[in-house]
This record gives sequence, structure tokens and C-alpha cells, in this order.
Amino acid sequence: MIPEIGHYALVLALLLAIIQGTLPLAGAARRNTAWMEAGRVAAFGQLALVFIAFFALMWAYVVSDFSVLNVVQNSHSQKPMLYKVAGVWGNHEGSMLLWVMMLGLFGAAVAGFGRNIPPTLKARVLGVQGLIGVGFLLFILATSNPFIRVLPAPPDGNDLNPLLQDPGLAFHPPFLYLGYVGFSVAFSFAVGALIEGRVDPAWGRWVRPWTLVAWASLTLGIAMGSWWAYYELGWGGWWYWDPVENASLMPWLAGTALLHSAIVVEKRDALKTWTILLAILTFSLSLMGTFLVRSGVLTSVHAFAVDPKRGVAILALLGLATGGGLLLFAMRAHVLKVGGLFAPVSREGALVLNNLLLSVSTAVVLIGTLMPLVLDAFGHKISVGAPYFNFITPFLAIPLVLAMALGPFLPWKRADLAGVLGRLWVVALFTLAAVMVALWLQGVRPVMALVGIGLAAWAFIGAFWEVADRVRLFRIPLGESLTRAGGLPRGAWGTALAHAGMGIAIAGMIGTSFWLTEDVRVMAPGAKATIAGYELTLEKVEQGRGPNFTTEMGYFTVRTLNGDMVGTLTPERRWYPVARMPTTEAAIHTTFFADLYAVLGEPSADGRGWVVRLYHHPLVPWIWIGSLVMVAGGLLSLSDRRLRVGVPQRRTASLPTAIQPAE
Amino acid sequence: MMTRKKRRLYMLGLAMLGLGTATALTLSAFEENVAYFFSPSDLAAKPPGDKRIRVGGLVQDGSVTRPDDVTTNFTITDGAQSVAVTFSGALPDLFREGQGVLAEGRMRPDGVFQAAEILAKHDENYMPKEVVDALKKAGEFRPEPPGKPVYGGAGS
Repeated sequence: MIPEIGHYALVLALLLAIIQGTLPLAGAARRNTAWMEAGRVAAFGQLALVFIAFFALMWAYVVSDFSVLNVVQNSHSQKPMLYKVAGVWGNHEGSMLLWVMMLGLFGAAVAGFGRNIPPTLKARVLGVQGLIGVGFLLFILATSNPFIRVLPAPPDGNDLNPLLQDPGLAFHPPFLYLGYVGFSVAFSFAVGALIEGRVDPAWGRWVRPWTLVAWASLTLGIAMGSWWAYYELGWGGWWYWDPVENASLMPWLAGTALLHSAIVVEKRDALKTWTILLAILTFSLSLMGTFLVRSGVLTSVHAFAVDPKRGVAILALLGLATGGGLLLFAMRAHVLKVGGLFAPVSREGALVLNNLLLSVSTAVVLIGTLMPLVLDAFGHKISVGAPYFNFITPFLAIPLVLAMALGPFLPWKRADLAGVLGRLWVVALFTLAAVMVALWLQGVRPVMALVGIGLAAWAFIGAFWEVADRVRLFRIPLGESLTRAGGLPRGAWGTALAHAGMGIAIAGMIGTSFWLTEDVRVMAPGAKATIAGYELTLEKVEQGRGPNFTTEMGYFTVRTLNGDMVGTLTPERRWYPVARMPTTEAAIHTTFFADLYAVLGEPSADGRGWVVRLYHHPLVPWIWIGSLVMVAGGLLSLSDRRLRVGVPQRRTASLPTAIQPAE
Repeated sequence: MMTRKKRRLYMLGLAMLGLGTATALTLSAFEENVAYFFSPSDLAAKPPGDKRIRVGGLVQDGSVTRPDDVTTNFTITDGAQSVAVTFSGALPDLFREGQGVLAEGRMRPDGVFQAAEILAKHDENYMPKEVVDALKKAGEFRPEPPGKPVYGGAGS
């Protein structure tokens, strides 16, 4: 019964979405307040209905209702509760349901929090959100209904893919989707503004919180996915340049560009057309990410068996949203008035450079990801992988990071580059010191590693020196500096944190990419191995069993070379009988400066022991620490009071009707 | 302060510069760093020389041997032709005989394929598209892998 309620709620949600996608848009065109108001009500109703559908499916998973096909395919009665719940979105149908739930969440949030947005713009934003909802609900009901029943119900399910039974992956998709779907709000605001025919600093301020939420979620989602790949896939790789990863990186790059160009709109009333275009493209790339993952058109380590019908349907949705958005852009962009002027060397100029480099990066990733698909159509089968991306990345990353630390020092409108560079000598000094430390610890080769560490230090120290410079640290009494620091807007702290986080993450990427130590050997109980200043002893290998798997666990003791005990490592090899899949559970000992990473392989062919793989990953935890700092920066910036109070009101009342609030 | 026209010119110049650099970079990166896909039949028909390539097919039943602790030797077949592969390193969890596999690396002069990387997959039911196509071409493709569970799903 409950699955039917969920199904019914989805159908109702579709009907309501049709209303939300038409009535407010028509109302805004005809200045009909009641019709416009309908959008708000529909958005709340929409959220309630998709919530009912989502929780109906979750209920079916929690109670293991094997009369529901989706539950049979992806769950098992013995599965731990966490993965029963996470199993809801660990499959195609459920993840699409999660997608529309996020959409409903954002729609209702715009309806609820956007009190300062002029009614016509708000109605249009909600209308566009409604139209996106129509597309996805139709898609779910027509091709991916999660509530289909099977009769007779089988006694038990097929279990969730064991690789996905992991806390890191349980929460990776929700954050990724929160990011993807969050950019739909920026898209809707862009389309709304195009219909409205005006973009002004207030518009920049209204879109900013939504872009920030989406960006922070996407950052967290990507970081979680890479963390999962690092410890679950068994060799400590954290990024594969795999099409599915690229699919999440592209909206992140474009979204980061959007975040920065929207600042220029807000502060200087410039770059408006570009920002609108970027908002449309960012969401299009999010949709493309969904398409690439869900269609299986590309060979990917992440690809899952898929139904080609769905790929075509998502491609159609992508075409409609992107095509519609760009068409509207082509027709209406000239209406937007050109705003403030600035010199090439200025804060605006630096942000343009940022946008240029991020856009080029997005294009490079896009080409690398889609080229195999294009050439396949001509009968060439190629793969574009890590070598291509590793070749290009330094050319784009180096100028981007150099400018990242420099940009915030430049004043708006026009800047004196020599003067600013003069203020950066402290940063340069510390950067040099960091490079020296790296040189002393790791030697001169590879040179790229030293360049990378220099970049990381430059970004990190630059971010904090900018704050120090603002509060005139050491130039006025310390107490006065602290008072100034307290008075800095949270947005400024957010920028500094996010930039510093990027620096930390870069250091982590460099450390593990260039200074990795690796050792593969056969070890029998009692055998010792040394790696990177540690001595590991394999004490024993034991059999055991978990809730829905059997396991073989190796016990290692870790000592320093002087014999001091450091800890134990217990890597496992698991076997999931229902899914008939083995998984490798690596064991990691972290010092926060490096990870010692051990994997228990198969018994060796001659029965002497087990194949054991040991890795030492310098700085690798910093990748995720840095990502978390970036997310914290985004959230801090989100809490800036200028986004909550004050200005989100238009200064000039040039809207042609009386609905404009009196100012 | 500059005029609008001048600024637009600057911006356009910058954008063109960025686009040009990106194109040049991408092209030169493609030149060097792209791997072509070969099925065992393709390999027999037109040897690839020393280029980095991908080979895909099924891991032949009974072909997997481990001459030493870290090396795995096996044969990739598409039914019509086969090629010997040697690989040193960590195999993905789902590597096993009779399953689809993608290997990236170079052909050695002695006709053995030296794999630098074996592509992992996350799902029992998934087979790389290239492998499916290669098997279809060689007439060896069975859409239902043997032993697939009855309710074998769409995966995740």
C-alpha cells in the first residue's frame, strides 16, 4: 500500500509541477498577482509530495518489502540499516527520486526565503523550477519508476553492490545532487532575469546564496567521492580522470567561475551577460553529468549496467534545458545594459582572468571527456585518460593559483600592479621557505613537485596575508587589528578560508602524486616489511563474518625503525555471497601528514602467504582537509549578513508596474 | 579609465588568447596522450607498434597464471583471436576468468601485451562498451553473462 501512495504522490507532484511551470510565468507576464502567488504554494506542495514519495520508497527499503522490484534489485534483508537507507539512492530509480526531492527542496526554499525578491522575478524563477520538475518527474514516471511491484515477491533481494556499502559513498550522492540541483536555482534566476530583461547588483546578491550552497555541496560531494575511491578501491588513487568524475568536475569548475563572476555583478554591475550565460552553462553541465552517469555512453570505472532508453530521455531533457536557455539568451541578452567600467589590472580584471582560466579548464575537461564519444561515431575507438589531463593541468592550474592569491589584493576599478606585488613580498618569502622545506625533505626531483608545493604555499599564505593586510596586522597595535578582524565581513573570511583550503588541497595532491612509496610482496604470518620509516609485521590472518559478508582479516603491527609501537593495521578481504562480489577494505594509519596504507590481497599461488600491498602516501589527508576548509569558507560566506538583511531590494523602481515595493 | 569599446576589445583579445592557448594545448595533449582501442582481432590485423593502446575482451578461462608475487599473466580473447597479457600490480577486485576486461599499455616486441593498468569496474553486470562491441564483431557476445542473478537489476 505504501509504495502505491508514493507512486500516487509522484503523479500528483507532476500535475502540480505543470501548474507551477505555467501559471506563475503567465501571471508574471500579465501582472496577475494571484497567479504569481500560485507558484509559491505549488512549490511547497511539490516539496511535500516528493517527500512523501521519497519516504515511501525509503520505507519499502527499511522494512525490506521485496514485492517492490527496486528493493529486490538493490537490497537484502541481512543488509545493515545504514545501507538499507542509503540503498534508496544507491540505484538509478532511487537516485532520480533523490534528484527531484532536492529540486523540490530548492524550489520551496526559494519560495520561502526569497521574500525580498520582486514578485515577478520570483514567480518566473519558480515557474522555471516547475518546468525542470515536470521534465524530471515525467522521466521518472515513464522510464524509471521505483515503485514497480513484482509478483510473486521473491523471498530475498539481490543486495546492494558491496562497493557502495560504505559510509563514504552513502552520503556522497546526496551532496553531489544537492550541488547539481542547487545550480538549477542559478539557472532559473538567469532565465527569469532574461525574461524580465534586467540584471542589476541586487540580482547578483539574490543568486549568490544559492550558488554558494550548490558550490559548497558539490565540493563536499566530490571530496567524499574521491575519499571513497581512495580507501575503498584498494590502491589509494584519489582521482582517476574518469568520465564520471569529470562529469562532476565540469559543473564545479563552471560553478566556481559563476561564484566569482556574480561578485562582479553584485559589486560593480558589470559582466552581467557573461554571468547569465555562465549560470545557464553551469546547470547544463550538471545535467550533462547526470546524463553521462545515467546513460552509460562512456566507458568508465564508475559505469553501471544501464538502459539506453533512459540515456536518450535524459539527453532530451539536457537538450531542452540547455537549448531553451541558450535560445532565450540569444534572443534577450542584448536587453541587459552594460554596467561599470574597469581597467584590465583591477579586481574585476583578476576575476575575469579567473573566469577565463576556469572556463578554459571546463572546456579542456569537456573535450577530453566527450572526444571518445565523438570519435566513436566515426569508428575510432580511443580513450582519453590521465596522461591527457595530467599534461594540461599545470598549464591552467599554475596561472590560476598565482592569480588566486593576487586577486583579492587588487582594488576595484583600477590597480597598481607593482604596488600590490610589493605588498606580497611576505607571501613570496614564506612560499620560498615552504619550497626549501620540501627540497630538504624530499630532494630536488621531481621539480614539478617543488613547483606544486610552492603554488600551494602561495595560495595558502596569500589567503591569510590578505586578511592580515586588511586588518593592518603588526602595523597598528594588535588589539586594534583584532577589532578590525572582528569587523571584517564574513564574506571576506569566507574567501580567505576557501582560497587557503585550495592551497591545502593542492599540497595534498602534489604530495601523494609525486612522493608515493609503494611495495608489493608476499608475506606469511611473522614476516616483516619496512616502508617509509615504518616496520610492519604481519601477526596473523583470521577468518570472520559480518552481517552480510565473510571476511579474511590481516593483523599488522606497525613500529618505527627503533621498535616503538605505532599502532595496528587490519586490512580485510571481504566476500559478499549474495552479490557474489569480493571487496578490498584497506587499512589506513594516518598522522595527518601522511597515510600508511595496507591492503591484504589473495593468498599467493604457492601457498607461502598472502600478497600484501603497502603504500606510503605523503600529505594525502590534506586533499580532504583542504576540501573541508573550502566548504567551510563557502558556508561562512553564506552566513554573511549582507546576504540576509539590507540590500536585496532594488534601488531604482524602474519596473513598469506598481508591484515594486516602495523604497 | 578606458572606454567601453576599448574594454570590449581587451576582453575579446583575452578570450581569443585563452581559446587559442586552450586549443593548442588540447591538440598537443591529444597527439601524445590518447590511447586507441584494439580488440585481439584488431591486433592481429594491424599491429599498433609502440603506441600506448587499450586492449579489451574476455579473460580466457584457465589462462591466469602468477609467475611471481606481483606479476599476473593471462590471455585476452574475443573468441576469434587472443593476445597474451602480462601485468604487475594490483588487480581490481572484479578481475576474474571469463569476465570482460580492459587493459591499457603497450605491445612488447615479443608479442606480449605489457599492461600498465587494468580497468576496474564497480558492478558485476557491467561490461565496458568497447568489449561488448569487440565481442559482437567476433560473434562471441552473449548478452546474459552466465550465472547472472534472476532479478539482475539495472545496477546503480
